[in-house]
Amino acid sequence: MAEKIFMKGCEAVAETAIRAGCRFFAGYPITPQNDVPEYFARRMPQVNGVFIQGESEVASSNMAYGAAAAGVRSMTSSSSCGISLKSEAISWMAGARLPVVIANFQRGGPGIGTIQPAQQDYMQATHASGNGGFRMLVLSPSNLQEAVDMTWEAFELADKYSRPVLLLMDGFTGTMMEPVELPEPLSEEQVAAIRATKTWAARGKHGAPEQHKVMCGPGLDTRISQMGMNIEDDKLYKTWQTAEIDYEDYLTEDAEVIITAYGISGRIAKSAVKILREEGIKAGLIRPRKVYPFPDVAYEKLPLEKLRGIVSAEMSIPAQFATDVERVVHGRTKIVTALSSGGEVLDRATILDAARGLMK
Amino acid sequence: MEKSFIIAGFGGQGVMVAGQLLSYTACETTDKYVTYFPSYGAEMRGGTANCYVVISDDPVGAPKVNKADYVVCLNDPSMAKFKDAVAPGGTIFVNSSVVTIEETRPDVHVVKVDAGSIAIELGNPKCLNLVIVGAIIGYTEVLPAENVLQTAFKKLGAKRPELNPINEAAFRRGWEIGHAAKEANA
Amino acid sequence: MMEKVYSRPAGIFEGAVTGFCPGCMHSSVCKIVCEALDELGQLDNACYVQGVGCCGLAVTYFDMDTIAAPHGRACAIASSFKRCSPETLVFTYQGDGDLAAIGLAETMSAANRGENFTVIFVNNGIYGMTGGQMAPTTLLGAKTTTTPDGRNEKEHGAPMHMCELLNQLDAPAYIARVTAADVPNARKAKAAVKKAFQYQLEGKGFSFVEFVSNCPTNWGMSPLESLDHVHNVVLKEFPLGEFRAK
Repeated sequence: MAEKIFMKGCEAVAETAIRAGCRFFAGYPITPQNDVPEYFARRMPQVNGVFIQGESEVASSNMAYGAAAAGVRSMTSSSSCGISLKSEAISWMAGARLPVVIANFQRGGPGIGTIQPAQQDYMQATHASGNGGFRMLVLSPSNLQEAVDMTWEAFELADKYSRPVLLLMDGFTGTMMEPVELPEPLSEEQVAAIRATKTWAARGKHGAPEQHKVMCGPGLDTRISQMGMNIEDDKLYKTWQTAEIDYEDYLTEDAEVIITAYGISGRIAKSAVKILREEGIKAGLIRPRKVYPFPDVAYEKLPLEKLRGIVSAEMSIPAQFATDVERVVHGRTKIVTALSSGGEVLDRATILDAARGLMK
Repeated sequence: MEKSFIIAGFGGQGVMVAGQLLSYTACETTDKYVTYFPSYGAEMRGGTANCYVVISDDPVGAPKVNKADYVVCLNDPSMAKFKDAVAPGGTIFVNSSVVTIEETRPDVHVVKVDAGSIAIELGNPKCLNLVIVGAIIGYTEVLPAENVLQTAFKKLGAKRPELNPINEAAFRRGWEIGHAAKEANA
Repeated sequence: MMEKVYSRPAGIFEGAVTGFCPGCMHSSVCKIVCEALDELGQLDNACYVQGVGCCGLAVTYFDMDTIAAPHGRACAIASSFKRCSPETLVFTYQGDGDLAAIGLAETMSAANRGENFTVIFVNNGIYGMTGGQMAPTTLLGAKTTTTPDGRNEKEHGAPMHMCELLNQLDAPAYIARVTAADVPNARKAKAAVKKAFQYQLEGKGFSFVEFVSNCPTNWGMSPLESLDHVHNVVLKEFPLGEFRAK
């Protein structure tokens, strides 16, 4: 078993990325994710990787696009308002079908918001991280071991589907420290072999009959049909609805009350379930690990009509994650929310009170 | 068993190091679950600093709590901000060298540690945080004292091994105070 | 049998139909770039980052690896691409709106970092593809669809001179302004482009070649009138020359 290391979330993500073969990172300073670019700045030279501090979030995300176009495992990160600026390049990554991992360490909003942790970007992350109606796989860890595992998985998924993948973190999972076990790093040979599989990457023709074109859709390349491309994407997104469903189902079998939450709120919800069980309340947990695609099936398979209700918890006001829960549940049981925002931690007591209220 | 801590003081009083000593010890020398969350703000220097540590036998829920079992206040601004953040039945550790604000809640224990003075007496005002960590361990027994000391040697002594003796002395002085307070409460 | 003295340059698609307007200098710039690459033996090793606007039409023209960039971001993308593929010859192909307005930060920052790629900057003083709006390089007095009474300094600012701006930075290795408005100048332009590519191949850093170009369509001129306008008016605002050759 690998050694337990006590690490900060930002650094655990960055170190795992390097171990997963990430050899390009560009970022821009914004709290609470500054430890990510700072870590890459120190580490990349040790692995013959490239780190660039971009002149803006816009530039750094485009740099991540350029590195991916060269076939390199590539990453960028930011926080909330910075992700809005990156949305230009994220949309282009989706359009050009480039594998890039993007991490959002969410803070408050709208606008510049507070620098304190929040989960205020759910809709943006799952429904519209840029123009054009594209979707991304969105992985949201509840603890730092999951952040490590999901960072590795994000690079695998990005390459598997040749699409951008979003790690939906927050100020807590970025700045807190927790024990983690890190994966064994890929060897330089493995990293090179992964790059070599990307035969579409631009590098000069070198005798090839066709050029390697990294083109974002039909706007400037009339050989591509916009509708044809959109239909292909739609088909891919539909396969995710079965292939990429990922959630934790905890003590739901006999549950009368379900607590549901994702990311940082998910771990608080899980600890609430344990306390409720000790009180004699049969509580269970549904915790999406991927919030896109949303795990509809996790809720569909519950005996919804027999439940006392669902507590949907998140660090966002207005509630955003809860709208996906409501969409699936569709009135078949009562849904109440337990919310916080503005950097206030979601208090477990709020979840407990909401659950106890459903039992009355 | 889950124990939550808020440790607060001036930047420079070693607040973050105190929290990290507890956290690293829990991670590296026990099977306990632990989280460490440093508060962060827009000010770079001169402000108050605080961190949250949760040590538990089960996976930790929130890494930051509104009500902690133990609150540690190294100065008056921290006392003003966090004295109400201690849970009923909980304990406040006070750096009585500089803190003047009194805790008057009947459901809260107060452990006064003259940490600043002890550190000066030992010859290095910077070891104030070791005195406090010693008091926390002596009182709470949340972690084995020798393990914490070993972590201090490992983390702080790596660059400054000459500080090991004074750090150890500080820790042990704090431990005696914490342990005595626990005996008095029992 | 007659000797063939002129043909389509290698690097331009066989049978390519240009999307550029009649008389537009873009065609000449594309040709010059391809001839320079060919003469340096780099056609097969080249990759260009395509800006947005009329310069994007070059995609049906250049027979080489291509990366499409969002509006203004070509220099950011070329920076990371080149660092990840240092053996590849990389150039951006950008117009004045792309490079000097929406992409000003990316242009200046890549130049300031001394990124080892080449910028081919085609300055025709107007947004062409979108229908003739004012660009950062539009001349004072020029009527565009967004300056119907002509550009005036008080309201719109004066034209921006990118070579001169870049020449304030320490890092760039090569900065030149050329035109292809006549044959002698087109020859000089090719020499400048070759020199810029040569600098890149030698690892000297950021190289920048600005072409003072034309836009007969949006200037409301015939192709020949537009070339006279370049000679008689535009070149007075944007003097030709080598600004830096380290």
